[in-house]
Amino acid sequence: MDYTPVWLTLKLASVTTLLLLIIGAPLAWWLARTRCWCRHAISAVVALPLVLPPTVLGFYLLIALGIHGPLGELATYFGGQPLAFTFTGLVIGSVIYSMPFMIQPLQNAFEAIGDRPLEVAATLRASPWDTFFTVVLPLARPGLLAGATLSFAHTVGEFGVILMIGGSIPGETKVLSVAIYDHVEMLEYEQAHILSAGMLLFSFTVLLVMQLLHRRLQRVGL
Amino acid sequence: MSEIAIRFHLPLSEFSLEVNLAFPVQGVTAIFGSSGSGKTTLLRCIAGLEQPPAGYCRMDGELWQESAQGVFIPTHQRSLGYVFQEASLFAHLTVAENLRFGWRRTPVHERKIEIDQVIGLLGIEPLLRRSPARLSGGERQRVAIARALLTTPRLLLMDEPLSALDSASKAEILPFLERLHDELTIPILYVSHASDEVLRLADHLLLMEAGRVTTHGPMVELATRLDLQLAQSESASALVNAIVEGHDDHYHLTYLRFSGGRLTVSRENLEKGHPVRVALHAKDISLTLDPPERTSILNSFAVTVLAFQSEPPARTLIRLDCHGTILLARITWKSAEALGITVGKKLYAQVKAVALMDSR
Repeated sequence: MDYTPVWLTLKLASVTTLLLLIIGAPLAWWLARTRCWCRHAISAVVALPLVLPPTVLGFYLLIALGIHGPLGELATYFGGQPLAFTFTGLVIGSVIYSMPFMIQPLQNAFEAIGDRPLEVAATLRASPWDTFFTVVLPLARPGLLAGATLSFAHTVGEFGVILMIGGSIPGETKVLSVAIYDHVEMLEYEQAHILSAGMLLFSFTVLLVMQLLHRRLQRVGL
Repeated sequence: MSEIAIRFHLPLSEFSLEVNLAFPVQGVTAIFGSSGSGKTTLLRCIAGLEQPPAGYCRMDGELWQESAQGVFIPTHQRSLGYVFQEASLFAHLTVAENLRFGWRRTPVHERKIEIDQVIGLLGIEPLLRRSPARLSGGERQRVAIARALLTTPRLLLMDEPLSALDSASKAEILPFLERLHDELTIPILYVSHASDEVLRLADHLLLMEAGRVTTHGPMVELATRLDLQLAQSESASALVNAIVEGHDDHYHLTYLRFSGGRLTVSRENLEKGHPVRVALHAKDISLTLDPPERTSILNSFAVTVLAFQSEPPARTLIRLDCHGTILLARITWKSAEALGITVGKKLYAQVKAVALMDSR
């Protein structure tokens, strides 16, 4: 039994979630605070992966990341290789694909905070940056937790996009969902069973822990 | 004495805020007016929470805003404290952490108020480890005041800090606010639409109406002006500055000397010569034509009618001179006719109750 796809999947989901936290927090904050009309367009773009078939997204990503695509050319310009069929390519795809799962809970949490805590912080001599880290993020903790869990779980369960841009290279792009698909293709039902059951258990545990954490946070008034 | 100079022009939905004045800030300056007269907006402009397109704001030597030169110091760089109308404690921090939030961000050499001092002043020692969610409304507001004080502000802005509280919590906080006034030298701008709070706390008054400051001046003078809201309110009172003259230990009384004579009150633990302010409620003053004899009321004074104003349907408000101290009396229209109230009429005022405010 080869467990490489399991580790690869966890690595992909962790890196993706981390990047989404870094990109998503400022973006969600901007979307929650700005009055610019363009926020509607940006929101719509961010939400696209919710409605598009993963194959469509995967197809465009394949072109963009490939040797003649803009991102692929950028990577080769800096001495790298084209990004399609690489782990980096998977990360880029996953970040885009899971973006709405990070942005939406975060944006809701930021909007729920309102203006008052920001004004209070300003009268207590906290600069806007200081306020963001010491007031906004702690107050948005339930949103951060929900966003991180959903993005992680969603990346773990990703299949269509990865198949389009990553293929099935062992140790590089062959993640769990693809491995299961391959096992089934080759009628190796036993291995498919082990991986599927493991994934089922994992997903259930994540969601359960999430629920319990959320309840505890609510009890202490957050 | 500190001085604040402000000039703001800010269009609001129903009128625009048009304020242009400079006034000394010492003790408590109340910004008083009906709901929606622009009081809170004015306070927010001073704090920099609103940015009026045309504005000027200087607190002592510190320029906070001068639109003509493009100067606008953001709120977090202004040395001010702000207490909001409703509880505004950070829910993710304990009471102690809330207190330290602003204190930590205040440069060490600017800190003149220390945490222990404020905890004692506002009586919040037992609350320190609690989460804001487990405090009563009154407790939350006390913590919010303490938190604002810990940045050692040059100016403390309070936006109706008691209006969201029930009367029991209000009564609980008012003495703390008076102690603040007595023990700290930080000038306070206090927004309120409650005349009883203003009469109790304020030294100076700014009256606002539809976005403009209509009158401003010392509280003692404005409280008894018949044309202003305070005298017309239910809690109309004359404020009298007096000093402690002595005590009568046998009858357990304290004598206070003011320009109109001697006021007798229940024994107060105050030193001889101590300045105090008392409020004489207009409805606690009754008038007689003859010098009162054989009465239970200890305080009676010869007065002269300065002005009067009928308050339809049944009452009359009378402004009285008591050897240089102005008093207000609110009596029935019927009594006013029976006494033959005219300007210059000599009468005797009997004071049924004296409220000792605090030392000034």
